[in-house]
Amino acid sequence: MKIGIPKEIHAQERRVAATPETVAQFRKLGFSVTIETNAGTAANFSDDAYREEGAEVLEDTRALWSQADIILKVRAPEPHPTLGVHEAELLQEGDTLISFIWPAQNPELMDRLAARKATVLAMDSVPRISRAQKLDALSSMANIAGYRAVVEAATQFGRFFTGQITAAGKVPPAKVLVIGAGVAGLAAIGAAGSMGAIVRAFDTRPEVKEQVESMGAEFLLLDFKEEGAGAGGYAKVMSPEFIKAEMDLFARQAMEVDIIITTALIPGKPAPELITSGMVESMRDGSVIVDLAAEQGGNCALTEPGEVVVRHGVTLIGYTDLPSRLSTQSSQLYGTNLRHLLSDMCPEKDGRLTVDMEDEVIRGATVIKEGQITWPPPAPKIQATPPAAAQTPATPEPVKAPAKQSAKRKGWGGVILLAVGGLLLFGLGMVAPPDFLAHFTVFVLAIFVGYMVIWNVTPALHTPLMSVTNAISGIIVVGALLQIGGPLDSPVTILAGIAILIATINVFGGFLVTQRMLRMFRK
Amino acid sequence: MTQGILTAAYLAASVLFILALGGLSHPETARRGNLYGIIGMTIALVATIWGAQITSYVTLFSIMAISAIIGIIVAARVQMTAMPELVAMLHSFVGLAAVLVGFASYMDPTTHYEGVEKTIHEVEIFLGVLIGAVTFTGSVIAFGKLHALITSKPLYLPARHWVNLAGGLACIWLGVAFVGAESVPAGMLPLLIMTLIAFAFGVHMVMAIGGADMPVVISMLNSYSGWAAAATGFMLSNDLLIIAGALVGSSGAILSYIMCRAMNRKFLAVIAGGFGTAGGAATSAEGEQGEVVSTSAEETAQLLSEAKNVIIVPGYGMAVAQAQHTIQDITKKLRDKGVNVRFGIHPVAGRMPGHMNVLLAEAKVPYDIVLEMDEINEDFPETDAVLVIGANDIVNPSAQTDPNSPIAGMPVLEVWKATTVVVMKRSMATGYAGVSNPLFFHDNTRMLFGDAKASVDAILAGV
Repeated sequence: MKIGIPKEIHAQERRVAATPETVAQFRKLGFSVTIETNAGTAANFSDDAYREEGAEVLEDTRALWSQADIILKVRAPEPHPTLGVHEAELLQEGDTLISFIWPAQNPELMDRLAARKATVLAMDSVPRISRAQKLDALSSMANIAGYRAVVEAATQFGRFFTGQITAAGKVPPAKVLVIGAGVAGLAAIGAAGSMGAIVRAFDTRPEVKEQVESMGAEFLLLDFKEEGAGAGGYAKVMSPEFIKAEMDLFARQAMEVDIIITTALIPGKPAPELITSGMVESMRDGSVIVDLAAEQGGNCALTEPGEVVVRHGVTLIGYTDLPSRLSTQSSQLYGTNLRHLLSDMCPEKDGRLTVDMEDEVIRGATVIKEGQITWPPPAPKIQATPPAAAQTPATPEPVKAPAKQSAKRKGWGGVILLAVGGLLLFGLGMVAPPDFLAHFTVFVLAIFVGYMVIWNVTPALHTPLMSVTNAISGIIVVGALLQIGGPLDSPVTILAGIAILIATINVFGGFLVTQRMLRMFRK
Repeated sequence: MTQGILTAAYLAASVLFILALGGLSHPETARRGNLYGIIGMTIALVATIWGAQITSYVTLFSIMAISAIIGIIVAARVQMTAMPELVAMLHSFVGLAAVLVGFASYMDPTTHYEGVEKTIHEVEIFLGVLIGAVTFTGSVIAFGKLHALITSKPLYLPARHWVNLAGGLACIWLGVAFVGAESVPAGMLPLLIMTLIAFAFGVHMVMAIGGADMPVVISMLNSYSGWAAAATGFMLSNDLLIIAGALVGSSGAILSYIMCRAMNRKFLAVIAGGFGTAGGAATSAEGEQGEVVSTSAEETAQLLSEAKNVIIVPGYGMAVAQAQHTIQDITKKLRDKGVNVRFGIHPVAGRMPGHMNVLLAEAKVPYDIVLEMDEINEDFPETDAVLVIGANDIVNPSAQTDPNSPIAGMPVLEVWKATTVVVMKRSMATGYAGVSNPLFFHDNTRMLFGDAKASVDAILAGV
């Protein structure tokens, strides 16, 4: 089958759905590849680079769409500016389209595509389960957006991120607040942290605290208990009390921090307004806010989507095309996501695409199957964040109770053991001869000495410990030596002689091999 | 020689033995500790030989010379990977010696006891021979299993617990008969039968224990050999034997305890037999399988070269493949590049306590980068790459997450917290416990299939 990669037509879109590298891999899967001329130019991939990997470069957009069986795109189809026709109309009947679609926001587009009897896989509808992470384009793009958000903020911000003490004076480090610790938030935390800023982060889902801290940021906690994790690992809408506590926190932070990066999104809903106009006013002049939710209305009241504006002395960045601003990187990652998807759908490597609706991942991504709208898919079976997080607080409780009981029982057991031991000793003292008791004393004391000494042995030396105790237990040779006094042919002497023979091997072998081993331990 | 000097010599030997064990608390003092042990043993032997009435010194010294040569050759030749076998073999010698000394002591016409003393003496003989016999055959079987002469799979006889119980009851009954016997020849029969039963018991006990439980078995036999020596000391009224035996006995017991704790299993459960006897059905319950991402040796080499912090987790597979020297070469190369390479050792990795440490020491890995599980477990989140070589159950996350898992609650190395984990494995087979390992399906896990030795050679070529 033939893969076609048209040039993206959305204004300011610099990404492309395939890189020369992924083209080579598509060909290995048995597909042939056609690409529109200059499709990769904005992402720094020349037509020649694609040709080198065996792609056919076509100038005629219509021909490309009509020849291809599978169309790979970044943006959802839209009216073509020069051809004067909607891209969906260019799609041949029965063809397959793979791109971002956003079916919930674009019902009209869905109808158009369904009318073309096409099969459509939406990269934004890939279920967020562990197995599908390698084709999760939303994560790859969010990662880039988070990074780029910090770069944009740094461009607008008038100071260093890192603190320095120079001959010309002391520079305090920038303080960055990241709201929403999803993929983009975590990427932003990482980027800001590695530039030297002090990073704080907030998220309604307490289970991401560990992830935030692993990136080196401080996780801001609310004095308020509410579980914020919704289906599929996304956040959900919180209660009014929670939101009030959250807003108080943001208001306090706004007065303190230099840069705020907001990434709070709730699927299928407009972005929550978290930074009010008053908070912006309370920020120091020269501060920067990057609103990654600008496309969905913005987390900040004053954000202008797609624009950089200055309000109350604070620069508000509302770019909606951050991944596209890092076009080489984002094309590479998106291309790889597509490549993973195609290799999953082409298990035989014979250049044929099979849409396996039994496969949970493919089922989720397929929004139109041969003209039938199959969106939304049935609810995912597994949550992206394991339920372990929710269980953790619950589990210690039931465990504790029996532990206490058993400790109590153990305490009683100890008393009983002591009593029994005492009685036994008493009984022994009644009947045993003093000679035996003397030996017994030595025996018990030696056990205790051994117990105390052995606990200090480092685990690394357990094997040498064994071989040396082995050599020491060869001391049994002494017992045999004491019995060898009789005539040479008496059975006692013979038995003792054999015992001496084998026990001496122990003594020599044990000590020697210990010495050999210990010599190997070196710093 | 007077009794006083002999006792003083024994006292000195005992103190030196305690110092020897104490010296092993740290690698720096360990060699001195071993030296103390040797001096102690020499003092004990010289004093005994000097003080005892020996008929023929020539015979004695030639016997001892032969054993010394055998011992020296064995100790000098043994491969470090074969240490568990050697230790098992040496245990069996102590056990057999205890049996022989017990019989000799019983037949010795020069000793006469009356009344309670006679009873106590005979009980001591009986116990000494019993423990010695179990140690002997148990160690022989352990040796066979470790040397792959006998299959390391646990062997279960039908109604094995009942067989053991019957054997135990028979031994008690024989003991009563033995102590009650009027003369030496009359007591000989119960003693012999008991010895045979104890031999069989030793075989049966170790046969039922699987390969990965060997650390417990070896330490247990170590302990038994000590108790056998102590029992011999009682029967001969010799304090030195009692002290040395008690030291060894408690040392082995503590090691067994440590090993059992590291597997979160009860000592009795290990002795009663391997996994799969109780609750083994639960293993398949979590059918959660995912996709395995495999990798190549080149990619692994690159990953290791680019990492800042690397932890290597070896298991028995490393010993089998004899891969420790190549591992050291890789470690050295990486450390020269400034990569912080360390080793994480699980207490029960390998076939005897401290097995991995000895192998790594043999390959000249510096001991200060070889860390215990408790020391290194907290560092996995800051680790870029973990290389798991021939280990499975000890890195299984289901021990923590799945309460139904047969290894639930067993402390494990938390390798999955690292950025990337490379697991070197022959195939997707389960580990000793027969538990599937969800680690292999983690997103940050890469599987490097193939023979461990070939794989590490390829990695070495790539770094």
